[in-house]
Amino acid sequence: MMQTDNNTQHTNPIHRPLVQYILHLADTALILGHRNSEWCGHGPVLEQDIAISNIALDMVGQARMLYQYAAEIVNTTNVGTAATEDTLAYLRDATAFKNLLLAEQQNGDWAVTILRQFFCSTWQYYVYTQLAECKDARLTEIAAKALKEVTYHIKWSAEWVIRLGDGTEESHQRLVQALELLWPFTGEMFIPVAYEKEGIAEGWAAHIQSLQQPWLQKITEIFQEACITVPERQWQQTGGKTGIHTELLGFLLAEMQFLQRAYPDSEW
Amino acid sequence: MNTRDIEQSWPLWEVFIRSKQGLDHKHVGSLHAADAHMAIENARDVYTRRMEGVSIWVVESQHIHASNPDDAGSLYDPANDKVYRHPTFYNLPDELTHM
Repeated sequence: MMQTDNNTQHTNPIHRPLVQYILHLADTALILGHRNSEWCGHGPVLEQDIAISNIALDMVGQARMLYQYAAEIVNTTNVGTAATEDTLAYLRDATAFKNLLLAEQQNGDWAVTILRQFFCSTWQYYVYTQLAECKDARLTEIAAKALKEVTYHIKWSAEWVIRLGDGTEESHQRLVQALELLWPFTGEMFIPVAYEKEGIAEGWAAHIQSLQQPWLQKITEIFQEACITVPERQWQQTGGKTGIHTELLGFLLAEMQFLQRAYPDSEW
Repeated sequence: MNTRDIEQSWPLWEVFIRSKQGLDHKHVGSLHAADAHMAIENARDVYTRRMEGVSIWVVESQHIHASNPDDAGSLYDPANDKVYRHPTFYNLPDELTHM
């Protein structure tokens, strides 16, 4: 017998705003983590290869905690299929993913990877800081744990932004190109979608509009040291948080989900 | 830039880690980094992934002055037959602990 659901308009629990929001956070962490993992064995030097792989593992770890929580909520009712962290990560299609578009952008050169990480980590830092004091006990725990990792990710990536920007003529130029490529995907971070608005009203989601200013301030501070100019306001791409992605995500999922889809439930 | 170029332009650093239980920093290995700051971060990422330490020292390898292996005979062999230098010839009272 189906349990009573106070969100009657959402029959399948996976469509509940809280679950959608958790998946948005989880997907962003997983997709960015997967992108970083693509560097494993290809880093510019051994030390940085390990550093970026460590960050990849941190992000996948954050994604796991969030997926496990989402799965628990989904499984509290008998509607829809039972979920696990693996089904959520490996058996959903691109349109069901709610990660930031920024996370799925290709690694490009070291400058693109570094800048993407710096933008995302700074966003995560402010989001998790708010969630660490939100009304959802489980999210506060997850956020508090992730914050320590994210704090290091910002430090690491910010220092690389400064090194590249204030480095050689070529490294500066590459960082400028990375900025032109990635900037249009940053606006989405601060524009709430439906499930976030419900969460903000109910106190379990980060109030992202209020985070744009501190985020921009941190970016500006590091860019000044890196001799880089913050771009003027310009058109911003959105859609990732509601499942409308760039074509890049499909290729990423094809590789990331291959094993689970070709050999379901395989173990080693 | 290939690895060879980087090895030529980034100096080598020796890394010392103090574990949670340990009182002293122990040499754990070396790595390449552009400066001391990066060396500490690289050491964090390369040598403390499995909870090995709570404190990191780095020093540029070129600042380490080492004894010459060729002198080993004259430096260390003379100590071999001087067992009396070990404090093992004293009778300790039973009340004395932690020795």
